[in-house]
Amino acid sequence: MSLAGTPPEHDGDGHGDPLAENLAAGASSAHVDEGSQPPAQVAGGEPWQPSAIELERRAYRRGRTVRSGLIASVSTLTVVSLVGFIITRSSGWPRVRQTFFNWDKARDAFPAVLDGLWLNIRILLVCAVLITLIGLAIALMRTLRGPVFFPFRMFAAAYTDLFRGLPLLLVIFLLGFGVPALRLPNVPDDMVIWGGLAIVLSYSAYVAEVFRAGIESIHPSQRAAARSLGLNHAQTMRFVVVPQAVRRVLPPLLNDFVSLQKDSGLIAVLGVVDAIRAAQIETATDFNFTPYVVAGFLFVCLTIPTTRITDHLARRHGWYGGGPSL
Amino acid sequence: MSLLAVRGLRKAFGDHVVLRSLDLDVERGECVVLIGPSGCGKSTVLRCVNLLERVDDGVITLDGLDITDPRVDADAVRARMGIVFQSYNLFPHLTVLDNVILAPVRVHRVPREVARERGLEMLRRVGLEEKAGARPDSLSGGQQQRVAIARSMVNDPELLLLDEVTSALDPELVGDVLDLLASLRRDGVTMIVATHEMGFARDVADTVVFLDGGGVVETGPPAHVLEHPRHERTQRFLARLR
Repeated sequence: MSLAGTPPEHDGDGHGDPLAENLAAGASSAHVDEGSQPPAQVAGGEPWQPSAIELERRAYRRGRTVRSGLIASVSTLTVVSLVGFIITRSSGWPRVRQTFFNWDKARDAFPAVLDGLWLNIRILLVCAVLITLIGLAIALMRTLRGPVFFPFRMFAAAYTDLFRGLPLLLVIFLLGFGVPALRLPNVPDDMVIWGGLAIVLSYSAYVAEVFRAGIESIHPSQRAAARSLGLNHAQTMRFVVVPQAVRRVLPPLLNDFVSLQKDSGLIAVLGVVDAIRAAQIETATDFNFTPYVVAGFLFVCLTIPTTRITDHLARRHGWYGGGPSL
Repeated sequence: MSLLAVRGLRKAFGDHVVLRSLDLDVERGECVVLIGPSGCGKSTVLRCVNLLERVDDGVITLDGLDITDPRVDADAVRARMGIVFQSYNLFPHLTVLDNVILAPVRVHRVPREVARERGLEMLRRVGLEEKAGARPDSLSGGQQQRVAIARSMVNDPELLLLDEVTSALDPELVGDVLDLLASLRRDGVTMIVATHEMGFARDVADTVVFLDGGGVVETGPPAHVLEHPRHERTQRFLARLR
């Protein structure tokens, strides 16, 4: 029967017991073949004893689980020690360790790189907010119907075409080096602002397409239902379509967000001292590449929690669609 | 020996015990119709038999094989049965014919040309041969359900499970599907049908099983169970339908 919580029907005995109660109570009628049990006893947890065959099945499944765990452990241990052995015994390993995994160098470089990373994080947060807003706005522009809005639709389409086509690095060069060189009055010449703007422009085009895909994936019946209630286009979008669309596209959005965390490092090319640039400076003194490894490690540490936390939230709130079903 | 024997089947979802202890036998070539109020566990029985749900207790044997044994290959067991769902569950990205021949080609390794012939024959059987190249969403509900039946029958399953296959259909489309089931019945297909269609139960069933309270309340030929129910619960259930 429906497990999804359709309202239980009454079984027709007149006093309106919900069916669920009847079932749990083991059928109040005396005519039922099997022994009917008092409702109170059953409601919480009945005295049901698994049969011998069920216990055997459970024992077997438990055994399989333990066996799987054991196999996984042995396999992992073998592979890891084998790989570790091969790497550490190879002839170039001491030099690799000295150049890439130098503990003292890492400790020295860490504060500077961490300082730079703080700039990456600030850029990331500001950009993420702007990108979400602009991306959504562009996506919504493309949903507008009617001839009056043609220029908006055209602008949105042209924008996404242009900025998805342009290499991000090129946009960063154009804005970061180009605009301050104009020496226009009242225009900031801070590289961070122009680099950040380049990232926002590029990413908004991608995110807009993600949002648009989500909006278009919502079944037209949802729109029809909303319009039939008297909601106008904007209200339909705001209260019905976009909330569903956002949930549906959350995984790809997250993907773009993680990508953004790393690409915030691209503004290093403008000479801004972020984590990557700081690592480069540290490296330049003695050609020891450990600071890059430190920066890479910090970036990874930054992205993993974001993914895991959002994944967890999404699962808990059931944002990932219909859930498991067969 | 019965083709299918269910003994002491128990299934709960969380605290909600749907099946307390259910026994059921299905002979080869028999048509068993499960009736009962919503939530009585008709669908759960079918889903347990098809191994879509893991049973909490009890044993289900198919032709003597205990299919609830975790050592049994569930895919191989399912390949011996067909199941048709209330909401058709056709694959929207495949044509009607490709829906029908997916399992023969991918699971049973039937050569594509042979499967095609067989698939078209099944579609002819359900009266939809001309729709072979169409997408499921261009078909009416009744047509989709007939395709779903063709899909489940194409491998000559030993047992056909039908889960309220007419519940989502418009009344005027129900007849086609029920006629199709009746013709399968005449061909000797063994089936278990969960339904609210009492007319179908009366005309086609060999055995009617009334489920309630997590088990079988009453079972017997339709003339007995539907016309002269012995149990008060069966009487009340049937009275409400009249």
